[in-house]
Amino acid sequence: MADITLRVNGSDKKVSVSPETPLLWVLRDTLELTGTKFGCGAGLCGACTVHVDGNPIRSCSTPVSQAAGKSVTTIEGLGANGLSLLGQALQQAWIAEEVPQCGYCQTGQIMSAAALLAKTPNPTDEQITQAMNGNLCRCGTYERIRKAIHRAAGRATGNGGAR
Amino acid sequence: MSPLSRREFVAAGVAAGAGLVVGFYLPHGGSSQQASFSPNAYLRITPDNKVTIVVARSEMGQGVRTALPMILAEELEADWKQIEIEQAGASTLYGDQGTGGSASIHSTWDPMRKAGASAREMLISAAALTWGVPRSACTAENSHVKHAASNRSLSYGELVSKAATLPIPTDVTLKQSKDYKIVGQRLPRLDTPAKVKGEAVFGIDFRMPGMKFALLSRCPTIGGKVLGFDDKESKKISGVSYVGKVGDAAVAVVADSVWGAMEGRRVLNVTWDDGPHKDLNTAAVMASLKLAVSKKGASLYSAGDAAKAAGRKISAEYTLPFMAHAPMEPGNCTAHYQGTKCELWAPTQVPQDCRDSVATAVGLDPDQVKVNVTLMGGGFGRRLEHDYAVEAALVSKSINAPVKVIWTREDDMRSSTYRPASLHQLSATVDGSGFPVALTHRIVAPSISGQKGQPTPGGVDPDLPDEAGPVYGLPNYSIESVIAETPVPLGWMRSVYALQAAFALESFIDELAVAAGKDPLQYRLKLLAKDQDLQFFSTTWKTARMRGVLQLAAEKSAWDKALPAGHYRGVACFGCFASYMAEAVEITMEKDEPRVHRVVAVVDCGQVVNPSILEQQIQGGIVYGLANALRAKITVEKGRVVQGNFDDYAPLRMDETPVVEVYAVPSAEAPTGIGEPSVPPIAPALCNAIYAATKKRIRALPILA
Repeated sequence: MADITLRVNGSDKKVSVSPETPLLWVLRDTLELTGTKFGCGAGLCGACTVHVDGNPIRSCSTPVSQAAGKSVTTIEGLGANGLSLLGQALQQAWIAEEVPQCGYCQTGQIMSAAALLAKTPNPTDEQITQAMNGNLCRCGTYERIRKAIHRAAGRATGNGGAR
Repeated sequence: MSPLSRREFVAAGVAAGAGLVVGFYLPHGGSSQQASFSPNAYLRITPDNKVTIVVARSEMGQGVRTALPMILAEELEADWKQIEIEQAGASTLYGDQGTGGSASIHSTWDPMRKAGASAREMLISAAALTWGVPRSACTAENSHVKHAASNRSLSYGELVSKAATLPIPTDVTLKQSKDYKIVGQRLPRLDTPAKVKGEAVFGIDFRMPGMKFALLSRCPTIGGKVLGFDDKESKKISGVSYVGKVGDAAVAVVADSVWGAMEGRRVLNVTWDDGPHKDLNTAAVMASLKLAVSKKGASLYSAGDAAKAAGRKISAEYTLPFMAHAPMEPGNCTAHYQGTKCELWAPTQVPQDCRDSVATAVGLDPDQVKVNVTLMGGGFGRRLEHDYAVEAALVSKSINAPVKVIWTREDDMRSSTYRPASLHQLSATVDGSGFPVALTHRIVAPSISGQKGQPTPGGVDPDLPDEAGPVYGLPNYSIESVIAETPVPLGWMRSVYALQAAFALESFIDELAVAAGKDPLQYRLKLLAKDQDLQFFSTTWKTARMRGVLQLAAEKSAWDKALPAGHYRGVACFGCFASYMAEAVEITMEKDEPRVHRVVAVVDCGQVVNPSILEQQIQGGIVYGLANALRAKITVEKGRVVQGNFDDYAPLRMDETPVVEVYAVPSAEAPTGIGEPSVPPIAPALCNAIYAATKKRIRALPILA
């Protein structure tokens, strides 16, 4: 067991867990932020995607010790923390395009999309595919995810998106 | 386990809906107290004009929490903006609540409409009495009753106490589809905002005070058992509080966190009795299907006498592997056993089965078990099982505390139930123009229901009547089923046997078209040219409706126009769960692998309730079906399932997902299934396109084996 401090969604959180505990379970069990999902436990599906210092990572296979002292953003904090405009644009685009079916993977999808748009404000289809290919959706919402990203890009940059 | 088979529960649900009597209306007066108006178990209106609609099916992504309320709200003339949704747990008020067989809308269409219409009529009567005017002079609209002549209006909320004193009408007039304001509209799903904010509570997210977490070590060999276990190392893991057997074939590790339970399980040392199937492998299963093919089968469908037809014979054999559902949310359930009662929070398609099987497992009466139905991260039939609920209840009983049992992805992949492997023999006798005058389709597959000890009347798996019907009205046509045996655990997976039946039939029809030198789509239209009713168990398949979807697919895919160089297409049509579906795919070949660019999908499922949800279901079904066609294969070696995670059982990702254009044939017929019918045609349509591109016929799935 070790005391580890993380900055989660803008607030410092001290947790007492074994350092190899995956960040996912610290978020879900210790901090009760259950918007981040468990899908595969092996970094294969992207349902557990969060941002650590702005980079998208798979929290199911990231030991919490690697996030110590760093800034972690989860879906619950996406609408704040300087990402607010982008986060809100994405969530609104997801609603407008009626993306979710079961919805389980969608928080991870949105976190990956947010990381994409933060670096590439107006992505091409190819860039979207590349950024989103690590996120699985068994309901098959990919087409609407693509549309929602274009829509959010248009909203966030005010240029109407790529198409 | 419920004694009702999946098909029977669907049928029972429809029957209960049609009857609308037993257990449906609450005792009058008991429920309709002054505070609210609740003339039936689906509906409650409160004085603040809020309309609460109860959803008695499970939401696993298919949109029932929006679509079912739309049906009731339409007849109620309710203000959609003031609707609130309540999820029913396991109950005795709604008939069978099993969510499967693409039946939620199909089976609740009548009861939900009647529930709304009878409440509407009572509210109109209440207003007419209040004003002392004839009820025929009053109209209901937007959660208000209006009297146009005097320009008066009362909200439903203002009418609840009076309406609650009135008799419930037994015979109500339902609206005509041309007057619909809600049904048929592209209304946003009510569950979307919470799902994009991370606020939606799935089964795995449910928490309660004092709750523990458990993982189970299950025997990796099919049919094996626990001989003993050594938990010394597990107990050294921080937070691990209990290790103990669950049933004969599993050991639970309980901890105060999921990670603690995972670590405790990792170091647990279990000695297994591998049991009778330790040498089982999939090759032997496929060989047993081949042996069973000559056994006497049961007739599913018979027209004329296929054996006597004269002409050129063509035959082919197709095989399909076991497949896993692999919903994104792994199995889980929270249970709180408290001696004389047990409460569950279950992501389940079968709350009543959970209730009954848990009651048996922990020694309670079913009415001592309360089942709360949570949101589900996908179902696809996996959550028609109730193993996760029984495990959670047993562990809770053992530790005398609330506990959530969580499965890992590997648990889900390796200890699941699987779509049955199958073998199909097709043979045809064709006339001088190459059209079949006779066709025989022999389906060899293990029975899902049979393996679970449920009835297989007449030697027919009770699912086949929904999923293996005829497409074409041929003069001599026989569909036969041979039930094979396998110890590999079987489950109902999205579209169930329709996937197998459609792959075989629609690949074979394509082979016949090729042999005849004819365009495969025109060939099918010719076979469907005559209007015929094909009776298959309780479904009357109409060739005119199948022709309709195929013609629209031809038009929307511009089938008669040439494609760019290197592009090829294939088509397939099939009906299941009483809906008609045609799909045309366009592909290129890249390094011997198909790349699907575009799918035109046309459905005739009667009245469409919500076109956006319909599009979701069809796009999703095609993505699911493409994964099935390209790669889905569960293999067993030495009695153990080989695949474990999304690397060796790989779903479709964005880069493989085609554009799917969805069209619904306009119809005012009662709605039929939409969750599953888009899945079966995609594999044969794709394989037919691959044939067009390569002249190689794929007769065994998966394509990329």
